[in-house]
Amino acid sequence: MLDLRSVTAGYDKRAPVFRDVSLSVAPGEAVGLLGPSGCGKSTLARVAALLHRPDAGTLHLDGTPVRHWRHRAPREQRTAFGVVFQQARLSADPRLRLADLIAEPLRATGRREGAAGRVAELAATVGLTADLLTRRPHEVSDGQLQRACLARALVLRPRWLVCDEMTAMLDASTTAALVRVVEDYRAATGAGLLAVGHDRVLLDRWCERTVDWAALTAPTTPAPTCPPGTNKVRRGN
Amino acid sequence: MTGRAPVLSVRGLSVRFLMPGGRRVAAVTDAHFDVRAGECLALIGESGCGKSVLASALLGLLPGNAQTAGRALLGDLDLLAADERTLARTVRGRLIGLVPQSPAAHLTPVRTIRAHLEETVAQLTGARRTRGALRPAAEAAAERAAFPVDHLDHHPHQLSGGLAQRAATALALVGDAPLLLADEPTTGLDRDLVDRTVDELRRHVHQPEGGGARSGGGRARALLMITHDLAAAERIADRIAVMYAARIVELADAAAFFGAPGPRHPYSRGLLDALPDRAFAPVPGLPPELGALPDGCAFAARCDRATDACAVLPPLRAHVACHHPHAALTEAADRA
Repeated sequence: MLDLRSVTAGYDKRAPVFRDVSLSVAPGEAVGLLGPSGCGKSTLARVAALLHRPDAGTLHLDGTPVRHWRHRAPREQRTAFGVVFQQARLSADPRLRLADLIAEPLRATGRREGAAGRVAELAATVGLTADLLTRRPHEVSDGQLQRACLARALVLRPRWLVCDEMTAMLDASTTAALVRVVEDYRAATGAGLLAVGHDRVLLDRWCERTVDWAALTAPTTPAPTCPPGTNKVRRGN
Repeated sequence: MTGRAPVLSVRGLSVRFLMPGGRRVAAVTDAHFDVRAGECLALIGESGCGKSVLASALLGLLPGNAQTAGRALLGDLDLLAADERTLARTVRGRLIGLVPQSPAAHLTPVRTIRAHLEETVAQLTGARRTRGALRPAAEAAAERAAFPVDHLDHHPHQLSGGLAQRAATALALVGDAPLLLADEPTTGLDRDLVDRTVDELRRHVHQPEGGGARSGGGRARALLMITHDLAAAERIADRIAVMYAARIVELADAAAFFGAPGPRHPYSRGLLDALPDRAFAPVPGLPPELGALPDGCAFAARCDRATDACAVLPPLRAHVACHHPHAALTEAADRA
């Protein structure tokens, strides 16, 4: 269970991006988080993926409370997540060839042996050719680079996937292809998914449950004993 | 279609990039199309098919290793033959308004949106260059693109992607250019914002000429929108051009393309079937490399209708470049 309770987060303690938001994702569940630009849904996704320390609130990962974020989080918690961001260009080191980009999490966690085989296997899964694997990010299209970023997110076999607008920059065919890769991975491993986006048609088709950002934040009941967890009411399973 | 003279007339436009080692990349090959006043043509296709290179060619913004061929006539001016001075002083912003793909890269990071707009208004319109005249003109320009006036004093990094895109759209609209060129104007926007951005562009195409000494009089605007967002294209476009592997493979009326009888090229069908409200099935495989295109039909390797005939390049005939197109409205169109 990925369980965010009464989370307040932002980039300035005096003016948080959002307050008191609760959201949970059951193991194996696919939850779509839907909201307009600038509402704070990406910040919530970063909190959930241990990439941004919230100002208040708790995050439980499979029952264990998370106490540290980013590089201070213990490795087994960090590596439980695979994250795919909206802008592949900004989330890829321009110096790395795609093969090295995909293998980087293996190197960072000291699992170099077998990396080549794992990269080849994932490249086939996401539809990258051997030729593309030898190129650097500036030599491939956005769609091809995002395929590599998805492969990188899957390389450590995470239990949780956080896809923050993974397909917002991509054409319809690449979108359908990448969503299929994520769903095949989830079917094979039982990983949970938090997919953040603004395309209701896409998220409804992709996820078992779509949560509206407005519904997470709307009833600002000030009673501290009853945190607003409207998504729990909406949970279908 | 309106029967009015085309604002932009592209004839046999090709772009080649010369790469180190003598390699040549065919980014655009033999593109023919017109965009008429009061009309929106949406150029759609997968990322990396050459759409944005085509846009850059029209604006004279190609890198130094590019070679162009063909003509792109904007009125009497051939954009491909124009020198940099002409492009800078009369074309960019004045004859062609560009709504850019990535506003984050388009806006100057150290200046506020108000500073961007006031400078653009001062450069492109007859507004007097006093603070008293520029300020209301800049605010009016912001409102045309639905940019909130209370965010005008923000810097680009303080804006969400949607607001940055609206700021860039506002800048493109300032010059009242006869041709608007929108390069992926809706990338990264949420659906409501996509609809509003697209409707605003649409409104600009239909808006009657606002007078002014600069304008040629009686001129209406045309919009060339380059996009991979098929929903946005469906909402705005009068006609659709589908690009695949550097070539335009289908030109169609938007209503027929998205409705009945649907697209004729198998690739166009595949694109529509990838939509989440349709089959949500990707086109199998990857687009070919533009540096190593096959001699025949570039889509044959991914096509379920491919036969031996596809080893020969299909010409663009009856608005579709395919040896085995899906049924046309009339047989006459096939023979044309």
